[in-house]
Amino acid sequence: MDYKSNKAWLYLLPAIAFLAVFMVYPLIDVFIYSFEEGYNSASQTSFGIGAYNYSYVLHDPYFMQALKNTFLLVIITVPLSTALALVISLALSSITKLKELFQTVYFLPYVTNTLAVGLVFMVLFQKTAYSDGMINMMINFFGGESVDFIDGPYWAKMFVLCLYTIWIVMPFKILLLTSALASVRQDYYNAAKVDGTSRFRIFWRITLPMISPTIFYLVITGFIGAFKAYSDAVALFGTDLNAAGMNTIVGYVYDMLYGDSGGYPSYASAAAIILFAIVLTITTINLLVSKKHVHY
Amino acid sequence: MKIVLDHLTKRYPSLKKGGPDVYAVNDFTFEIPDGKLIGLLGPSGCGKSTCLNLICGLTRATSGKIIFGDDDVTDLPPEVRGVGMVFQNYALYPHLTVRQNIMFPLENLKGKDKMTKEAMMAKAEEAAGLVQINELMDRKPSELSGGQQQRVAIARALVKTPRVLLLDEPLSNLDARLRLQTREEIRRIQTETKVTTIFVTHDQEEAMSISDYIFVMKSGVIQQIGKPQEVYDDPVNLFVAKFLGTPQINVFDGEVNNGKLYIGGEAVLPMPGVQSQPVHVGIRPEGFILDEKGPLCCDFRALEVMGRDISVVSGHKNCQNVAIRSIIDADNKVDTSSPTVRFSLKPHKVFIFNKETEERIRV
Ligand SMILES: Nc1ncnc2c1ncn2[C@@H]1O[C@H](COP(=O)(O)OP(=O)(O)O)[C@@H](O)[C@H]1O
Ligand SMILES: [Mg+2]
Repeated sequence: MDYKSNKAWLYLLPAIAFLAVFMVYPLIDVFIYSFEEGYNSASQTSFGIGAYNYSYVLHDPYFMQALKNTFLLVIITVPLSTALALVISLALSSITKLKELFQTVYFLPYVTNTLAVGLVFMVLFQKTAYSDGMINMMINFFGGESVDFIDGPYWAKMFVLCLYTIWIVMPFKILLLTSALASVRQDYYNAAKVDGTSRFRIFWRITLPMISPTIFYLVITGFIGAFKAYSDAVALFGTDLNAAGMNTIVGYVYDMLYGDSGGYPSYASAAAIILFAIVLTITTINLLVSKKHVHY
Repeated sequence: MKIVLDHLTKRYPSLKKGGPDVYAVNDFTFEIPDGKLIGLLGPSGCGKSTCLNLICGLTRATSGKIIFGDDDVTDLPPEVRGVGMVFQNYALYPHLTVRQNIMFPLENLKGKDKMTKEAMMAKAEEAAGLVQINELMDRKPSELSGGQQQRVAIARALVKTPRVLLLDEPLSNLDARLRLQTREEIRRIQTETKVTTIFVTHDQEEAMSISDYIFVMKSGVIQQIGKPQEVYDDPVNLFVAKFLGTPQINVFDGEVNNGKLYIGGEAVLPMPGVQSQPVHVGIRPEGFILDEKGPLCCDFRALEVMGRDISVVSGHKNCQNVAIRSIIDADNKVDTSSPTVRFSLKPHKVFIFNKETEERIRV
């Protein structure tokens, strides 16, 4: 190794050390925990090595519920929020008046505390014995039956969770997409216009390919983010997510560690490793797909 | 097809608040003859691109008319005008191959003009043949050199056989050698296709070398129209005289007195019939004759030998240029030991201009 690359390593050392202590070591540790059967955190002993933790977790109805919730959340919110953000960004980039105002408005949720937003959603959607939330008032107004979105049927709760998630992730996506749209050179549009390209075709053949790296980035980080969802569900349904039937995988891991049913680091580790495997697989698939379709 | 511009004007509101409006194109009235190559020439920001965008329909005129042949196209959108445009940085779609780029305009055709895939391929191949890029059809623009990208852009502009070809500073992104090559190429393509072509540039040499006619403009106003040599030999004002020619024309503070032209106290040329007045004197570099008894005495600075010619660099207290450059035949012997050098002048290479208006004073 020559002097220059020595120096480079030296500069990288703090970051590498940090990553090693706080990322790599815990990851390995979790991996080991997940295979230690009957681990006791007080005595720090276990019965032996095996796949029992995984088997337990995969047969746990709470975990299966959390898995289902998480997958639904991912499949619904990632495409919807990305598409919606794209539509809003396109609209934003085509207006000239009040552009800054709208950009600020759309960005506001990003700087708002997620728990505060959750509270607002509760107020909007909740139905108690004494009062209906705003949304229910509207449903009633149009002649519908009140629905309890917070303590009611599964689809209603899932609906609120998805809506909330989309609401939370939207500003960031809009921010990135508007700047991606702005960076497409006007020349391309002029060239297309001279050739009489329809607006639809301009979008599909020029705009979309040009911003595809950003879209792809948003989809990948969107998938990862949605798989790791937890606080959103807590903000809406409180900490006892298993009872509400709205737990997520990360919520399950947390409950296994610290919840009322907690104190099972081995099960928690196994669940975490399963999540890791899922995210890794999906991201790999994403990357492979993008190789074909993303233009850099 | 000839193009007629009739009092064409484009006004932009000032970018500064409360400033005066900008007339990017101010009252253009002229005719571009059929099948010719026109060089639209002027310094940066003078409105060349705006003029081109007006002609192709990307920008709407504030007032005036644009007529293609017999059709008034002023209010028509670009795609029905039948124009092909080459942009300054080519605007090739980076995610499409060369073939897809060239076919792109054809794929937009609708209704009765709609073409089959085979017909489009054939047409693209034909356009590619014209600019000699048939081997590059399956590459992406990023895998091409600047000159090759330029050709692709021209092929894309020509594939619909437009009535007018518009080129906006097409050579400015190329290096000097490629620029020379590509401008010959553009001339060849234009001669082959006989399409009426407008070529925008701020480089006078480029415009002079390939245009049938040059249109010199400044701050939105056409200054002079003519064959390149005519404009060079007979500029209407100081701006045009300065803008054309390398090395630049040498400009002196002078004075006409009693029918004679004086530069710094020396009578250099007779100017019969010209009113006595202070003037700008423009002398083309090739207008100097080395002459020991010549009237114009300059401080000798340096000699630049350029093979066929030599360039004498000198100074004069009345000269507005940093240095006087005079090009003389290499057969001449220059006494480099002398602190001064004397010239006499070729009358047809000397122009005088009004001190205030900078308009040419005809002799
Ligand atoms: N969209 C616009 N809005 C306001 N002013 C403009 C616009 N486009 C061009 N201009 C002004 O018009 C003048 C001519 O510009 P342009 O045609 O691009 O010049 P050139 O191509 O000769 O360099 C410039 O002063 C420029 O600032
Ligand atoms: Mg320009």
